[in-house]
Amino acid sequence: MNGPSEQVSLPLAGGPEQLEASASFDADVMAYIRRATQCGLYDIRGMGAKRRLPTFDDLVFLTASASRYPLEGYREQCTSRTVLGGRFATKPIELDIPVTIAGMSFGSLSASAKDALGRAASEMGTSTTTGDGGMTPEERQSSKTLVYQCLPSRYGFNPDDLRQADAIEIVIGQGAKPGGGGMLLGQKVSSRVAGMRTLPEGIDQRSACRHPDWTGPDDLAIKIGELREITDWEKPIYVKMGATRVFDDVKLAVKAGADVVVIDGMQGGTAATQQVFIEHTGIPTLAALPQAVEALEEMDMAGEVGLIISGGIRTGADVAKALALGADAVSIGQAALIALGCNNRCHHDGEGWVDVSDDYQQLGTAPGFCHHCQTGRCPVGITTQDERLEQRLLPEKAADWVRNYLQVVNMEVTTLARACGKSDVHHLEREDLAALTVEAAAMARIPLAGTSWIPGCSTSNTDPGS
Amino acid sequence: MSDSREFDLAATSVRELNQYLHAELPGSDVTRISVQNPNGQHSIGAGLDCPVEVDIHGHAGYFIAGMNKQARVTVHGNVGWSVGENMMSGQVRVNGHASESAGASAHGGLLVIDGDASSRCGISLKGGNVVVAGDVGHFSAFMAQAGTMVVCGNAGANLGDSLYEAVIYVGGSIDSLGADAREEPMEASDVEALRDLLTEAGLEGDAENFRRVGSARSLYHWNAEAHQEY
Repeated sequence: MNGPSEQVSLPLAGGPEQLEASASFDADVMAYIRRATQCGLYDIRGMGAKRRLPTFDDLVFLTASASRYPLEGYREQCTSRTVLGGRFATKPIELDIPVTIAGMSFGSLSASAKDALGRAASEMGTSTTTGDGGMTPEERQSSKTLVYQCLPSRYGFNPDDLRQADAIEIVIGQGAKPGGGGMLLGQKVSSRVAGMRTLPEGIDQRSACRHPDWTGPDDLAIKIGELREITDWEKPIYVKMGATRVFDDVKLAVKAGADVVVIDGMQGGTAATQQVFIEHTGIPTLAALPQAVEALEEMDMAGEVGLIISGGIRTGADVAKALALGADAVSIGQAALIALGCNNRCHHDGEGWVDVSDDYQQLGTAPGFCHHCQTGRCPVGITTQDERLEQRLLPEKAADWVRNYLQVVNMEVTTLARACGKSDVHHLEREDLAALTVEAAAMARIPLAGTSWIPGCSTSNTDPGS
Repeated sequence: MSDSREFDLAATSVRELNQYLHAELPGSDVTRISVQNPNGQHSIGAGLDCPVEVDIHGHAGYFIAGMNKQARVTVHGNVGWSVGENMMSGQVRVNGHASESAGASAHGGLLVIDGDASSRCGISLKGGNVVVAGDVGHFSAFMAQAGTMVVCGNAGANLGDSLYEAVIYVGGSIDSLGADAREEPMEASDVEALRDLLTEAGLEGDAENFRRVGSARSLYHWNAEAHQEY
């Protein structure tokens, strides 16, 4: 007899591998909900967006062939000299390479890390940038060209440092958290950090997200006027923004009188912010750059106002593509930290490599996956204020690594430029690029490879203008 | 021997004035500057860095005496936004009223407003002192980290929101206190400090009748139960 009990006793059709997982509530989402139930506080972490996004990797160069001729890769000169800030400033910034070091604070980074970045940048003829904690004497000394950030918090901000800076960057926002303020958890607010920021030691420091002395773009113009007056119109003034409504924001920054506009895409990093900010705000760097360029071109300001793009820039190819799309320079943060040894399994003690995998494990992570900058317990001494951990980064050695990395990046940029027939990396142009995906073609406004089709800009693969 | 100079901003630009104040004034015999016809222009006297007396005769715009060090600046009129912002030392005095964000982020020095100050007065204060003879608007002393703000008149809504270690003394009424701000008892040391500050500001006031507002410090740690394990 075929009764119900017999049906129940039938074996399951297949093993667990045939169980159906939910696409909406997958393992990651369930882990997120369970974590929330236990902690009662949203997840805070460092670094940038980890999700897969359209990037510069989705573009390729159409290097020279019969229709164009290349320059000799090893013989003919290709300059990478980069000048920023000549619109109003009487002393523009002159760099040897189009790759600058992004603003990262002393506090989020150790003093050794800041020192190493300064040394490497100076050797390569480029600039470093202060951060949400003021300027340290060490970084002024190690950085030949130093950009001084004016942030909403104004921690340690003072006219003496303003006058000894080489450029000023007014920070409206950053790619990791456009619309949010800085964050430095208590573990990293050491006595020196607290003193520089006029805060009690050990508190969870959550900075303002709006400037205290101006609000809208009309006020920004007056604020820029004040900074120019105090520095006697010598220093270039940058305006840095997270990439959201890029076209409008760039126009407003230019109208307010910026010499240089810095746009930080959603892949941009941070030392600490809410995970929800990192992964769900802003637009990809690839999409932001063409919007910024269009805004400058529409205002007839391309070349007059400098454009720096940042957010997930890693390689010489990334830099070359950014320049071809219309940037004057790029800024790197996370890539520079990785060059310092971030996520390395070992640190170097001067004599050899020392495995610190256990320290990663104690943080609940592993080398290659770490984004725990917010804890202040960086196993390789970069994002920490702990005296013992900080000693794991040797500034001179780490500076060599960063210098080598910057050198490779710049060599790659000039290699690609020469192959495109350019004797100046700034001569790279949109016409030198093709897109590999429909998404990248639409965002970068570059034709899909093998066609002349730019989604959203043209309707057929033979008529780009229609 | 002391000397004085006069600038007429109807005939001279703010740029020329500031260039003189930064480059020629320090080390010269000039100890007194008189500025005529400011006509609401911005950034007059921004970036001063020497012990000079500056008198601005008339109404002035935004960022007057911004980032001041050492100088004593008096505006004989009203000012726009952010007078004496990020001041490091010295004194800035406004005989009239001040618009928003007066004394924002001041690290040191003394800002005196003889009239009223608008909203966000003393915002982000970092060690400077702000004394307002009249009233202040809403969100004054927002996120003030260190220093003292004195309001002889009334304070608007959300006074001292997210206050850190700065202290506020209020002579009149308070519309409402902001998050984490609380009224605290006036100790003898408060009365003494307030009396000194009023005297320095050249203002009359019965220090014993002021109220003290400080931080409850309940926002210093994000989630106390989590023991910073985040």
